Amino acid sequence: MIHLKNINKQFGVGPASISAVENVSLEIADGEIFGIIGYSGAGKSTLIRLLNGLEKPTSGSVKIGGLEISAIKGKELREARQKVSMIFQHFNLLWSRTVKDNIAFPLEIAGVRKAKREKKVAELIELVGLAGRENAYPSELSGGQKQRVGIARALANDPEVLLCDEATSALDPETTDSILDLLTGINERLGLTIVLITHEMHVIRKICHRVAVMEAGKVVEMGDVLDVFQSPKESITKRFVSQVTEPAEAKQAMAHIKDEFPTGTLIKLVFVGEQTEQPVLASLIRKFNVDVNIVQGNISHTHGGAYGTLILQLLGDSAVIEEAIQYLNENDVQTEVIGND
Amino acid sequence: MIENLFPNVDWTKMLEATVETLYMTAVSTFFTLIIGLGLGIILFLSSPGQLWSNKLVNIISGAFVNVFRSIPFIILIILLIPFTKFLLGTIRGPDAAMPALIIGAAPFYARMVLIALQEIDKGVIEASKSMGAKTKTIIFKVLIPESMPALVSGITVTAIALVGYTAMAGIIGAGGLGTLAYLDGFQRSREDVTLVATIFILIIVFIIQFIGDFAVRKFDKR
Repeated sequence: MIHLKNINKQFGVGPASISAVENVSLEIADGEIFGIIGYSGAGKSTLIRLLNGLEKPTSGSVKIGGLEISAIKGKELREARQKVSMIFQHFNLLWSRTVKDNIAFPLEIAGVRKAKREKKVAELIELVGLAGRENAYPSELSGGQKQRVGIARALANDPEVLLCDEATSALDPETTDSILDLLTGINERLGLTIVLITHEMHVIRKICHRVAVMEAGKVVEMGDVLDVFQSPKESITKRFVSQVTEPAEAKQAMAHIKDEFPTGTLIKLVFVGEQTEQPVLASLIRKFNVDVNIVQGNISHTHGGAYGTLILQLLGDSAVIEEAIQYLNENDVQTEVIGND
Repeated sequence: MIENLFPNVDWTKMLEATVETLYMTAVSTFFTLIIGLGLGIILFLSSPGQLWSNKLVNIISGAFVNVFRSIPFIILIILLIPFTKFLLGTIRGPDAAMPALIIGAAPFYARMVLIALQEIDKGVIEASKSMGAKTKTIIFKVLIPESMPALVSGITVTAIALVGYTAMAGIIGAGGLGTLAYLDGFQRSREDVTLVATIFILIIVFIIQFIGDFAVRKFDKR
């Protein structure tokens, strides 16, 4: 569906120019939810704007459904944009229009007749769960409701691709989840390809199929979300993964445990997919003469399956502990010794 | 009673002058609105990073606005006498005041339009572009409606300034309450005429302000 080839984007010219995107190549399949994660300034906002021609690449090609977005302009580009719509962090609704009229705006742009427009708007309001709020102005809505209007507006011209620019970053965690559920539902029901950028790993974990990690304009890591969670390679990716798997308080608890129990070995187990459902721990205790102390546990559900971490303190003879770790590895559970006496 | 308080006031003349002032204000406000809005939109769209970003157009329109906004109105009237004569064949009467009123007020309003447009969230313009909107659509369906409260309060301030300008134009023979206050009142030492003309001008200003405030409240859905 989306092909990016050797994209470079520079702002300014000469020595003062800034390279926002460097040599990025991506393929996004039809119907996929593709996430791009990075800190602010990583170039992800520029990258997503290349997909609907709001920015033009300095070099390289952007193709969506066979159409070379980077080469077209004028009427052709405006028509292409109706099929590649976008939602925004700050919603960007017209405050002078009601919910209904905001959703109708892209239809007016596309030249849809009034009767048809009204029918479509009614459907969309139903779809995003805003029935009863048709005549409200944006100032009367909550953040989550505003984003629902943004989504309805983006879907008005039956796009093939939906671009989400930090769509949940201004929302509280609960509202974020409800918006993400809505996006997943839309993806499944309408078969829409979704490209989203975010700095929250939680968003990637919850709805994305694949993820690209961006740092300083480059894509440093890319793959299925579950794989990236299981074995992040770059240090920036590890930082993002730990956003979800190791909340700050767990780190504190671990430091505390290390102080409390200076003996023994602290190990981190990583379970992926099916292993999360196997009684590995029970058989470990049964087979080896070690005492097991559970420090912290966590299971995250990603789009591709469950992903869990468990931090244990093993007490006992060091040779037996070695064997126990060996046993875990044989059972396809990744282990990592994070501290011992 | 009123006759005793204002012995020199000719009420028929006062009413005629009021109508002339209202006429000058209304017509010049109308043209100021059209020209100022157009000029303000050009200033906005040609500025760096905007839809029609164009340095030359921006500098020329900016210079025009700044020059005409800076010339004191009473001097502008005098400077425009040849132009007015060429255009209308006369330099007396309410119609002859129009060129100076409009050329004096339109740049003033254009500057306010620019400020109003700059207040619009850039994201809203970007969103409209991302929906495939033409520049024309963005102007008429986004820029103007989204800045409506500021545009209306701007035209209110401008219309009130124009009432003042008509009075100044009145001194050199445009007619209206300004002429009456100056020629019949001041020059002939009839203070009561000047006073009543002033009260009438104040009433006009208050009414304009009231209408403006009402419209701003109605348009503002933020």
